[in-house]
Order: sequence, then structure tokens, then C-alpha cells
Amino acid sequence: MPDIAIQNINHNYGSVHALQNLSFEVGKGELFGLIGPDGAGKSTLFRILTTLLVPTSGSASVAGFDVVKDYRQIRRRVGYMPGKFSLYQDLSVEENLQFFATIFGTTIQENYHLIEDIYVQLAPFKNRRAGNLSGGMKQKLALCCALIHEPEVLFLDEPTTGVDAVSRREFWEMLQRLKAQGITILVSTPYMDEASLCERVALIQEGKILSINSPAAMVKSFDKPLWAVKSDRIYQLLLDLRTFDLAERVEPFGEYLHIVGRPGISQKTILDFLKNKNHEGIKIQPAQPTIEHVFLELA
Amino acid sequence: MRRLFFIIQKEFIQIFRNKAILPMMTVLPIIQLIVLSYAANNEVRNVDIAIVDQDHSSYSRLIIGKIQASDRFTIVEAPLSAKRGDDLLQSGGADIILTVPPAFEKDFLREKTADLQMLVNAINGQQAIVGAAYLGQIIQSFNRELMADAAPRLAAIRTSPQPRIDITYSNWYNADLDYKTFMVPGILGELVTILIMVLSAMNVVREREVGTIEQINVTPIRRWQFILGKMLPFLFIGLTLLAVGLTAGKLIFDIPTEGSLWVVFAFCLLNLSVVLGMGLLISNLVDTQQQAMLIAFFFIIVFVLMSGLFTPIESMPEWAQYLAVPNPIAHFVSVMRQVLLKGSGFADVQYQFVVTGFMSLVFNALAVWSYRKRD
Repeated sequence: MPDIAIQNINHNYGSVHALQNLSFEVGKGELFGLIGPDGAGKSTLFRILTTLLVPTSGSASVAGFDVVKDYRQIRRRVGYMPGKFSLYQDLSVEENLQFFATIFGTTIQENYHLIEDIYVQLAPFKNRRAGNLSGGMKQKLALCCALIHEPEVLFLDEPTTGVDAVSRREFWEMLQRLKAQGITILVSTPYMDEASLCERVALIQEGKILSINSPAAMVKSFDKPLWAVKSDRIYQLLLDLRTFDLAERVEPFGEYLHIVGRPGISQKTILDFLKNKNHEGIKIQPAQPTIEHVFLELA
Repeated sequence: MRRLFFIIQKEFIQIFRNKAILPMMTVLPIIQLIVLSYAANNEVRNVDIAIVDQDHSSYSRLIIGKIQASDRFTIVEAPLSAKRGDDLLQSGGADIILTVPPAFEKDFLREKTADLQMLVNAINGQQAIVGAAYLGQIIQSFNRELMADAAPRLAAIRTSPQPRIDITYSNWYNADLDYKTFMVPGILGELVTILIMVLSAMNVVREREVGTIEQINVTPIRRWQFILGKMLPFLFIGLTLLAVGLTAGKLIFDIPTEGSLWVVFAFCLLNLSVVLGMGLLISNLVDTQQQAMLIAFFFIIVFVLMSGLFTPIESMPEWAQYLAVPNPIAHFVSVMRQVLLKGSGFADVQYQFVVTGFMSLVFNALAVWSYRKRD
């Protein structure tokens, strides 16, 4: 039985359709990623699944309980980390953890094994007020507080937004370890590069699901020719390539521009086109598709 | 139970760590109590009076002497013309103009009656009414003296002495009419109520503003536990403030404590539960601390001005008297005064207990109901 099952969920804020007929399932012990830009409806879905919001229509269950009828049961069994830091800034690290442990009727000692890896990093600051922690430390503390009652399902709403690259990587390593302990994790992120760290991902935009698959299969499904190009005048290059009739789409990608080509595109046809436009220092190479390419293709 | 205890502990930690709230609930109310009790004084002194004496007789000098002797009046000028008197009233130089007309003494002796004119600047109603009443008293007593003085001569003409009723009076429960004795208990009750209302109105909404409520709402915490956990620390603070305020009142103003302090504290507890219910209700319904503050402020102004603290409820129009029924400050002020000054026992303030108890049920039920864990 899936730990999260969503069937035809709709949610409207007035006339705004935040979620439109969403359906998918997350298996027990799965690390599932919800990938989409800001305003895609990710947080709304999280609020419905964590019983903070009643959906306009449709049904959903978490850990086998209905989100509308059995919300009390769900609250005991899930950990939730909202997108906005929402621990008590005027309480210390230890006091926050203690408080949430007590609210769930448990103690720090009882479930210390779950948070040990993370908490050792926080321990030197345990008497510091949560409001004075760095962004990465705040996220680690929030994760500890969401884990302290040994939840079956963990909801992480953009846990790495506004966190530095090193802390982000550490955070994902922690998620892999939690998954190894059998906790089902639903995580949302606007960063496409984090998608490859999930077992399965759902691409979501404007309240609709574009695609659900494993990251590898998703990338594999991208079957169009992809070329990375750069020259000395990169902005002019972008403008010129957008007039290139063999290029379906051109997007800046790091120091290169990526061309999603039409049939018939090749290194030679690109080079000819660019020489014709008087570009110098031209570099052309084939590129590997990523989730981002898939997303832009579907969006 | 353990959960509730931790919620309360958390609230206390937060309160004592908040550098703005702590002095706001300890030092400021005591300063306010002292300042307000000295300043909020209804006694009228220093009424500026100008006397236009057009008679210049021994009687007119006698009446001026009496006014001079009173410590309530300051004679600012003795203008020669009625015109100058009017000007003084116009310019605000004098609150009252007393005119002694020409032939005042002669009329009195001949006609047995004489007129005086009193013009009162009623812009400041209180000052005018009370000042005029004092002046009336002085003239009355002057009148009696003259009558007594003239009595032997009048007796020769009259067949029987004029009947007279003398009134003697004493002020119960506040023998010296000490204004502070009257005001301190009321002001204390008002301060405790205002503080607790503001603190509680800002509390839940603060969690909403900061975002912590989002995390709390996904926990198995029950609504009544959350609300009770918010209320108990404030009840404790309110009672402490009352104790400190009563001690300060006793030491500084020597206010009487005729009745049982148990009744005072018991009523304070009940009353604060009403105020907390109102505060938390406001807090649950608004989105920002600023909105909470404005709404709380609106109610506080109405509660204070209609509480009977400064103007008696009995002299308000009938509809306003009904408005005093759900006014927690009105009941608190009234119980404080009755118990502390008059020594009323529980039985005497039953009415206030019943009304307040009922309101406590209503507002706390509303507070729990309006706190929604989900949208």
C-alpha cells in the first residue's frame, strides 16, 4: 500500500486554480521529489497532505489515513518542514527540540538515533537561539524537530531554498540516510539539479503534473539532439541562434548556450550558420540532457 | 498534562526573553499607577475668578474677603467695569466673573433681598460646575451670616423667626474625601486589565506572523491545550501585577483594604479569564500584530471611558448603562472599590461574579472555537 496516495485533488483560492486534478502515489520508503518553479502549487499540496488545508475536491491519504477524516491520526505520523523557517526563534536549539519532542509525547533520548547524525553538527550551538543560527543550521534544526517523533512520512517543503551549496549537499546526504531507515520522504524543490537525487520525481507547473518518472528514465525520454555552443559574443550568439531555423529552442546554460535541435541539425550546420553571422571563438559540442531540459521541453 | 506544562514553560521562556514585554508588564504599570493616581484628580482647585465690585460697600468687601479666604479660588483681577469682566471671560483670563451690582448692600438691608451675578465659562464643564457650586456655597454661608447679623433688627419687624433646616453630613468609606483612596484601586484594576488584553491579543497572531503556528498545527496538540497554555502564564502575570500594585498602593497612597483580599484576587482571576478570552479571540481573527493592536485599542478605549472609573456609570444614559454590563473593566473597578473601600464580602459582589463568570465561558469558548488548526 502506498504511503501517500493522491486522487484527483483540486484546490482553488478564489478564482485561482492552485491544483488541477492531481493524482499520484508515493510508495513506502520512497524518496519522491516534487520539482517545479515558484507558484506551481507545491506548498498547497504539502498543506493538504499535512492536514493544514482541506482540498476543494478530490481525496488523498497519508500513511493509510484520509487527510480530511482521519487528520488526527496523520498528525501523529508525519513530520513537516514548512518552506518558511517556523521554529521558535527566541528559543534555543535544545529548547526547540525538547518542545517538539514533548508535544508529540516523546523525548529526545527515545528517538536520538534518528537525529544523531544531524544533531552532532548542531550540538556545539545547542544553547544558541534558533533565530541566530545560519541558514543551513536552521534547516538542520528544523529537520531534527520534524524527525524527533519518528514519523512514518516526512514532508519537506523546499528545504534547501536559500541554503549554501555545501549545506545543500549535506542535507541531501541526510535524506538518503533517512530513506535507508525506511522513512517515506516527499520533498519539493525549485532546483532541477536536486531532482537526480530522488528515486522518482514529479514535474509540476501551474497546478498540473507534467510528468512522473525516475530521473534517469525522464532524462532518457529526452530524444532530441542537444548541442552546447559558445562564442566570444555570447549575447549576440543567443539572438542569432534564435533566428536559426534548425534550432527549436535556445537557452543559456552555464557558460554555454544549449540548442535543442530539429532533425537535420549537426555540428557542421551550426558552424556554418555562425560563421555566416561573423562569430569568432566558436565552440560546439554535444550536450547531455538533464531534468531541466525535460522540464523546459514539457513546460 | 506534561504537554500542557511544556507549552506553559515555553510561553514563560519567551516572555522573559522578550526585552520589550518584560518592562512593559512590570515597571510601566507601577509608574502609571503612581502618575495617574496623582494626576487623575477630579477635585477642582485654582478656579480663576474676577470680581466686578460696583457697590464698594462693607458687604461687598465682606464677600470678596470670604472668596479670598477660600483656597479654591484665585482672584485674578478686580475689574471696574462689567465690560472688562466680559473681556476676561472671552479671553479665558478668568473662569468665573462675579458681579456685585451697585446698591447691593442698600437693597439687602432695605428690600431684604439683593442680587449677585455669576458668569461661568462652561467650556470646561467639570471646572465650571464644581467651581460654581463652591462659589454658591460661599455665598450661601455669607447669606446666613448676614441673616444672623440682621436677625435682631429683623426680629423686631417679623413676628416669628424664619424656619431653617440645617444639614450635617459625613462621608462614609472615604471620610476625608481623599481622591486617591477612590482612584487607586480603580486605576489598578484598569491597568491590569489593559495590559493582559494587549498581551494576549498580540500573542497567537505573533505565532502566525512568525510562522511557528504552521509547525504547531501539524502536531497532535489539542486546541484547548494550546489556548490554555497561552492563558495560564498571563493569568499568573496579571495576578502578580495586582499583588505588586496593591502593595505599592498601600505603601505609597495608604489605600484602605477593608474587605478580603481573597475576594479581590478571586475576582481578578475570573475577570482576567474574560479579558484573555477576548484577547485570544481577537488574536485568532486577525492576520498581523498591528491589526490586533488596533482592535484591542478600540475596545480598551471604550471599556476605560465607560468603566465608571472617571465618570459614574449611573449618570450615563440608559443605553450606555447596558453597555457597561459586558465591560470587564467596569466590573473590576466596581469590585475593587467595593471590597477595598467598603469592605464588601463575596455576597455583596455576587452580581459581578455571576456576570463575569458567564462572560468568561462565552469568550473562552469563542477563543477555542476561533482557533483553527486548518483552513
